[in-house]
Amino acid sequence: MLDVLTDFVVALRRSGLPVSLTEHLDAAQAVSQVPLEDRAALKATLSATLVKQASHLPAFDTTFEVYFALRGGRHEPGGAEAFGDPLDLELDLDLRPPGDEGPDGGRLAGEGIDDADAFTRALLAALLAGDDELLARLADMAVGRFAGIEPGRPVGGSYYLFRVLRHLELDGVVERLMAAARGQAEQWSELDERLARDEAQLRVQRLRREIEAEIRRRLVADRGADAMARTLRQPLPEDVDFMHAGPAEMAELRKALGPLTRKLAARMAERRRHRRRGQLDFRSTIRHSLSTGGVPADPRFRHTRPAKPEIFVVADVSGSVAAFARFTLQLVHAISGQFSKVRSFVFIDGIDEVTWCFEQADDLDEAVGLVNGADVVWADGHSDYGHALEGFADRWATDVGARTTVLVLGDARNNYHASGAGGAGRRAPAGQGRPLAQPGAPQLLGHRRFDHRRVRPPHRRRP
Amino acid sequence: MPPRFESIPAAGDALASVGYIADPGIASVVYLADRLGKPVLVEGPAGTGKTQLAKSVAEAVGARLIRLQCYEGLDEAKALYEWNYKKQLLRIQAERQTAPGDGTGGTAWSDIEDDLFSEEFLLPRPLLEAIRAVDPVVLLIDEVDRVEVETEALLLEILSDYQVSIPELGTVVATQVPLVFLTSNNTRDLSEALKRRCLFLHVDYPDLEREKAIVAAKVEGITDELIDQVARIVRTIRQLDLRKPPSVSETIDWARTLVLLGIGSVDAQTTTETLNLLLKYQSDIDKATRELASSRSS
Repeated sequence: MLDVLTDFVVALRRSGLPVSLTEHLDAAQAVSQVPLEDRAALKATLSATLVKQASHLPAFDTTFEVYFALRGGRHEPGGAEAFGDPLDLELDLDLRPPGDEGPDGGRLAGEGIDDADAFTRALLAALLAGDDELLARLADMAVGRFAGIEPGRPVGGSYYLFRVLRHLELDGVVERLMAAARGQAEQWSELDERLARDEAQLRVQRLRREIEAEIRRRLVADRGADAMARTLRQPLPEDVDFMHAGPAEMAELRKALGPLTRKLAARMAERRRHRRRGQLDFRSTIRHSLSTGGVPADPRFRHTRPAKPEIFVVADVSGSVAAFARFTLQLVHAISGQFSKVRSFVFIDGIDEVTWCFEQADDLDEAVGLVNGADVVWADGHSDYGHALEGFADRWATDVGARTTVLVLGDARNNYHASGAGGAGRRAPAGQGRPLAQPGAPQLLGHRRFDHRRVRPPHRRRP
Repeated sequence: MPPRFESIPAAGDALASVGYIADPGIASVVYLADRLGKPVLVEGPAGTGKTQLAKSVAEAVGARLIRLQCYEGLDEAKALYEWNYKKQLLRIQAERQTAPGDGTGGTAWSDIEDDLFSEEFLLPRPLLEAIRAVDPVVLLIDEVDRVEVETEALLLEILSDYQVSIPELGTVVATQVPLVFLTSNNTRDLSEALKRRCLFLHVDYPDLEREKAIVAAKVEGITDELIDQVARIVRTIRQLDLRKPPSVSETIDWARTLVLLGIGSVDAQTTTETLNLLLKYQSDIDKATRELASSRSS
């Protein structure tokens, strides 16, 4: 067990979890206190001792599944064979009363069926009854029959998952489950419909997870845990590369954004409280010195006014950096309480103000949806910093004051257009500065790079 | 000291007997906390029963609950101990009155000093109280993420060694290892040192079966049909993308309200009328109303 635990800890560290030596020792000590045959308890024990952050739990789960897939689970190595002939199981299922299967049962019972049909029927029955044990066994059978796992073949689990799902046609299953639920109920309202749909979708998801787990179990038996841990490793949310994040990862990031802004706001408020001291308050000091006989022993200070800068976010929303721009717009508006004024502009080669989107919409997703409707294409829909910034200078330069920070977001790929830097810099000399956030790694930027050094104010052209 | 729980299921049963429905993960961690003598750091969304867990454990093992509510600006004097300054002053004055006119009094003064910094003049605050207790206690350090990083360091000695060092008095070592629960709403990241000393328990929203059990245990006179409906509607609402999804305590409030109103079965209209019990933001209420009215999930 200790060897397995050590391997497991090493695998966790490899996927980025900070597991210290003390935690490893704690885990070893804790494992000796729980019954090893209880898989749920073992998992809870290891996660309590090794994982100290909720966002690391998914990565832990994956690694745990790989390392303890064959140990202490329902299945012995060898998978489906342990259950005997799959057809026996189906015969067993056929004996269920047709009423259990809802309105579809009658039709199915009569026909001469080939194997796949019988299988789908068994699956439906299991899904409808919500019988997890049966579902797990069916998933096991489905993998054995449809995945066609070839030992030693170096393909990932998702290839086999795709093969199994193609045979099962799970999309139709949701509708059939709904129909069955509808048939059982006496009254049926919209709300019931919605609840039943959610229920059906959850059950199908559970089946999917079972199939995934089963494929993983078999692959681990074939290739060994270390190899699988390497293949299945997922980056932690904080390690996701922004420019290459998939939709699921972006959803995770969005979820992380809510608490993040709260943390940021809390920290800023705290810092402000701690730096309370401003200038010496002479009158107050003198007044308080009366109690010490006129000696100003206890100097008094004025409260500093919290600096609340105005912030103008000018974001490139062209395809290459859209995800980053949206993320930043959301972030800035989420902490807008910390600024005296937040205005947002988006551009591609034209520029438009989108502050109203965030004022109108209740939640950020809706606002981002509205932002997409902004009028930002002027000529060809490729980023043109020169024209966009000139447009900004023409229309809004007068609003830029001494307390304003203009934040230009983009990857500075200007697509061979003129930068127009002189114009923008000259016309808005009062702005505090224009940091250019460049999310792209340097190697991503080619020779089309936009020379942002030339945008910094004040740039006076020498005559 | 004998272990408080025989096994993991026993821990779960003990909690269930006082009305706390624990999932296997929670039961395992409570059991381990007892066996290993380590504190538990409970983290999760608001209203998922983090504080209640400590209260229920205390009730289940028949221990006294000592609670330290954390807030910004909490310091040693409020958390650990304080010298009873007024009583010390009285002691000095009493000494003067019994020996008037004795200006030098060198030996007498050192006697007084020893006496002044004895346990008699110590005001124990929650942490010291938990350490010195002779009866079984459960220490709850609530919302530990609210204290500053510097104050967090105060806890480290207690959490790892169950002792408190008082410069004038020496080290007070616990006579028994108390069960310690720390709760956090994750408004800031806690220090590695603190996390390392604790078992970590993430309490999330419960699954359907557990939520049903919780509602059944907490709401009197509720029918099985209503429990099922309530739990399923709450699950559907939680799947929406809301600012603050309904927590378990809000589910319980909602179920209680429905029972008080004498509603035996929930339909779409009663749900939208009573949504303000589940959701605390107007934008969330609007969104949930829209979603529940449409049968297709997004």
